Amino acid sequence: MSAVIESHEHDHHHGPAKGLTRWIFTTNHKDIGTLYLWFSFTMFLIGGAMAMIIRAELFQPGMQIVQPEFYNQMLTLHGLIMIFGAVMPAFVGLANWLVPMMVGAPDMALPRMNNLSFWILPFAFFVLLSSLFMEGGAPNFGWTFYAPLSTTYAPPSVTFFIFSVHIMGASSIMGAINVIVTIMNMRAPGMTLMKMPLFVWSWLITAYLLIAVMPVLAGAVTMMLMDIHFGTSFFNAAGGGDPVLFQHVFWFFGHPEVYIMILPAFGITSHIISTFSRKPLFGYSSMVWALASIAILSFVVWAHHMFTVGMPLAAELFFMWATMLIAVPTGVKVFNWVATMFKGSITYETPMLFAIAFVVLFTIGGFSGLMLAITPADFQYHDTYFVVAHFHYVLVPGAIFSIMAAVYYWIPKWTGNMYDERLGRLHFWLSFISVNVTFFPQHWIGLAGMPRRYPDYALQFADWNMVSTAGAFLFGLSQILFLFIVLKTVRGGKKATSQVWEGAEGLEWTLDSPPAYHTFTTPPKVS
Amino acid sequence: MKLTYLIKLLVFVGLYALPVLGYADWNALNMTEGATEVSKKVFDLHMLIFWICVVIGIVVFGVMFYSMYAFTKKKNPNPSSFHESTKLEILWTVIPFIILVVMAIPATNVLKEIYNDEEGDVNIQVVGYQWKWQYKYLEDGINFFSNLSTDQDEIYNKIPKGEHYLLEVDQPVVIPVGKKVRFLITANDVIHSWWVPDFAIKQDAIPGFINTAWTIVEEPGLYRGNCTELCGKNHGFMPIVVRAVEQNDFDNWVAEKKQAAFELAQLTEKDWSVEELVSNGETVFLKNCAACHQVSGQGIPGIFPALAGSEIVLNNKPRNIEILMEGVQGAAMQSFANQLSEVDIASVITYTRKAWGNGEKGDKEIVIPKEILEYKNNNKRS
Amino acid sequence: MNNSAKKTLKALGFAVFGMFFFSFALVPLYDVFCEVTGLNGKIALESSNIQEVESGRDVKVQFISHNNEEMPWIFKPSEEVLSVKTGKYYTTTFYVKNITNQEMTAQAIPSVAPSNAAAHLKKLECFCFNQQTLLPGEEAQLPVRFLIDTELPENIKSVAMSYTIFDITDYEKQELAMQMDHDSMHTHPEENH
Repeated sequence: MSAVIESHEHDHHHGPAKGLTRWIFTTNHKDIGTLYLWFSFTMFLIGGAMAMIIRAELFQPGMQIVQPEFYNQMLTLHGLIMIFGAVMPAFVGLANWLVPMMVGAPDMALPRMNNLSFWILPFAFFVLLSSLFMEGGAPNFGWTFYAPLSTTYAPPSVTFFIFSVHIMGASSIMGAINVIVTIMNMRAPGMTLMKMPLFVWSWLITAYLLIAVMPVLAGAVTMMLMDIHFGTSFFNAAGGGDPVLFQHVFWFFGHPEVYIMILPAFGITSHIISTFSRKPLFGYSSMVWALASIAILSFVVWAHHMFTVGMPLAAELFFMWATMLIAVPTGVKVFNWVATMFKGSITYETPMLFAIAFVVLFTIGGFSGLMLAITPADFQYHDTYFVVAHFHYVLVPGAIFSIMAAVYYWIPKWTGNMYDERLGRLHFWLSFISVNVTFFPQHWIGLAGMPRRYPDYALQFADWNMVSTAGAFLFGLSQILFLFIVLKTVRGGKKATSQVWEGAEGLEWTLDSPPAYHTFTTPPKVS
Repeated sequence: MKLTYLIKLLVFVGLYALPVLGYADWNALNMTEGATEVSKKVFDLHMLIFWICVVIGIVVFGVMFYSMYAFTKKKNPNPSSFHESTKLEILWTVIPFIILVVMAIPATNVLKEIYNDEEGDVNIQVVGYQWKWQYKYLEDGINFFSNLSTDQDEIYNKIPKGEHYLLEVDQPVVIPVGKKVRFLITANDVIHSWWVPDFAIKQDAIPGFINTAWTIVEEPGLYRGNCTELCGKNHGFMPIVVRAVEQNDFDNWVAEKKQAAFELAQLTEKDWSVEELVSNGETVFLKNCAACHQVSGQGIPGIFPALAGSEIVLNNKPRNIEILMEGVQGAAMQSFANQLSEVDIASVITYTRKAWGNGEKGDKEIVIPKEILEYKNNNKRS
Repeated sequence: MNNSAKKTLKALGFAVFGMFFFSFALVPLYDVFCEVTGLNGKIALESSNIQEVESGRDVKVQFISHNNEEMPWIFKPSEEVLSVKTGKYYTTTFYVKNITNQEMTAQAIPSVAPSNAAAHLKKLECFCFNQQTLLPGEEAQLPVRFLIDTELPENIKSVAMSYTIFDITDYEKQELAMQMDHDSMHTHPEENH
């Protein structure tokens, strides 16, 4: 590995290579960060297009546009692509760009592995998407792929699905290893753990979660593969297995996975709120502890996704109480953000607008989460649109708003150009309004009794499904505006200073905008 | 400038959304209170947690919106620099914790009550199939399937949709009011989930395993529900309808059902005319086959084969029977051997051999119920 | 890359493999957990021998059968309900008939409801402990000898014992074929030439 670092020293003054090879062979954290972000945005548009198909079908009762089997393929791929293709790679991209610059390191610790972990991703999604053209169609069993629907009853493409999940998992694990090794070993002198920026903290904890649970996902799909092709019966009742075991293994991965998609968002929001309030973050150490306790609790609440599988009373009570407990550290974070804004000197640039919307809408998602934790009530909410509304509130105006906030916040640093503030705000308001028009009515539809993963529905749900679809299309279109804004900023615009934002603090703001191809080749001193 | 922008936007979105809001049904926005003591308790719990969340939301967002309003750069150019307060932080760790305990107590009590699974007066085994429900009355030996009865043409927008679109079945499960009814829930193939909102029962149906749920319904009536675990293509098309009736109506229904079962056995022995078979076959076809093979018998090219003009339907009667009885390996065609009666299978085959002009083209053979019975006795699993 | 980074990398590598194997360890852990808590109404698939005790309370036991998928056998309890006293052994049977013209093998999977009764149901003998193979047209009465212990929670007055039979004929053949392939490759390598 020492050879890698030497070769870096060697081309230090040359800057990036020219043309396509720059991107294919790059080991530079900034290039790889950029690749991850563009990849993620591409997947966001593909997954979004699938969401549009779903919403178009649900615009009115009756089957109009697609057949039920294709509808099931769309909802499965939409979930998989948005989770593994859009949200997670976006956070890895941000980590690549920001972690070295925030801790004062010249690059990620394992640059060649970094290249590999990115470039296997497009391959994984190529395999997954190509299953659409296979006999029997793409996976159609939901992103949670419960056995035996995903084993004995699956279309033949399930093997390719398993293969692609393995690759995605390998990519995430390598990404996580890279982040941890970088943070643990390459911090600038003087930067103790408790002086690290919160984004770095949130990613460190996320990376540990990834390392703990992505191998479990790999194990789950491996067991599926063996059940399908090698005659084992992990999940097959006839051979002494148990389909419910699959759900336990899956959610043992799945619940921490949920926090993998939200912890980095907490980090981003903390930076942005503090910057635009021109006030240090309130309760830094309690923020770190809250992050850590949320991560630890995430390992003991998995069965709250399975309240209806028929667990004994004691288990239901345990998982209900443990789940409710998560509200405490989550509450602490929200209170800290509000306290940061209190008596600040606030301005409302686009990143701040997205961050505030994040806090409000994520909290609404948190409230519905708390309601879902109440087991007897969950018997009514479970697998209805109430759940769909809940997790879209924490993922769309939660995770995705935070990613957009991060892009607006750091893009002047990355490109050296300011984005168009007017267009940024327009994008925010369009997104904010449409996201609520889309997902808020889904709470009502769900409470009124519409189950999720239905291609068609009873007449009493018609009105609000129509509203929801209208909102979804507006939201989808607004993201084209986002693409336009980003492209415009990359191509030019008002030059950004190195400080960029008046209240911003941290090592990345001491670098030029845009930063040199190699930064912090000699570590900065942190007091 | 900023403000005019916002106003323009709101007007735009308002114009866009208003026509839809105009005729929205504002009544169907909340959870049902349901028809049982338990479901009412669950509803109360839901509302309690909801209002607690609303109050917390008002307090937190209140402080937040006040800060956003009062501490802008214009109004407060010099930010304060405080960034910690142990007292505050302890306070907002402890208070939420107490609120959670307050929520957990009633939740725990309701849950315990739901789990108080004593002996039932009526025990019904519920089996989820792709894509229908089977009900077996353990005490009375009644056994039937309950299928979606909504017309395919309603689903594909060819005729107007009825009031209970997608929430209607051919045979509802019948229970007596005021009695403890216990459901023993399992599945035949993949995982399903049996949900009747009015009873606050949602219980997964898992192949090989049995789950229980119980209810005591106060008022006679029709209660509708759905399958809530993704179970394949027709997950959205296997509703549940429970008909709660007075005890003596229930007893009558049980007697009728038993009589009907007896008559069915007689039917298979009777001599059937071609017309009788075709007309019964058409009903069976529309209910069980038209979803895939289409009302026109044309199927969907590349996915579901056409029956009109099919070589098997025209000239290969043995294979025709075999497909109905065994299904087709690796295709969506399942076996109907256990799901349709001998009469229904014979009539639906006869129907397909007569309909869509097939009757003029093929070997003109028909199938009578006895042949299916013989197949079952001799030739099964060839 | 310095030494401490290598150390971190090594530890993380171990953690990844450790968690991968842990996911497989969840399988036996889950079975133990199920048997202890009666999760899923799962019961031990081996016989347990418990001494009878005097005078328990009355419990109603219901027997339920289901044929999974297209399993064509006739399979039903000989008696649907049995009134038992806790602490005593009882024997009941399930009637089974292979109505096809093929030899077939079945496996019955037991399940108990309510799930917290599972831990208190002890079976001395059960057809579900073994696979059942029947010739075409063959029928049988399959016995279950069981006892419900006196620790059964007070509020449980009725227990449902369910058996689902699965057709494992093909499964069996496959395994047999694999076994034979395996044997022929190792014991008669010369035949492969």
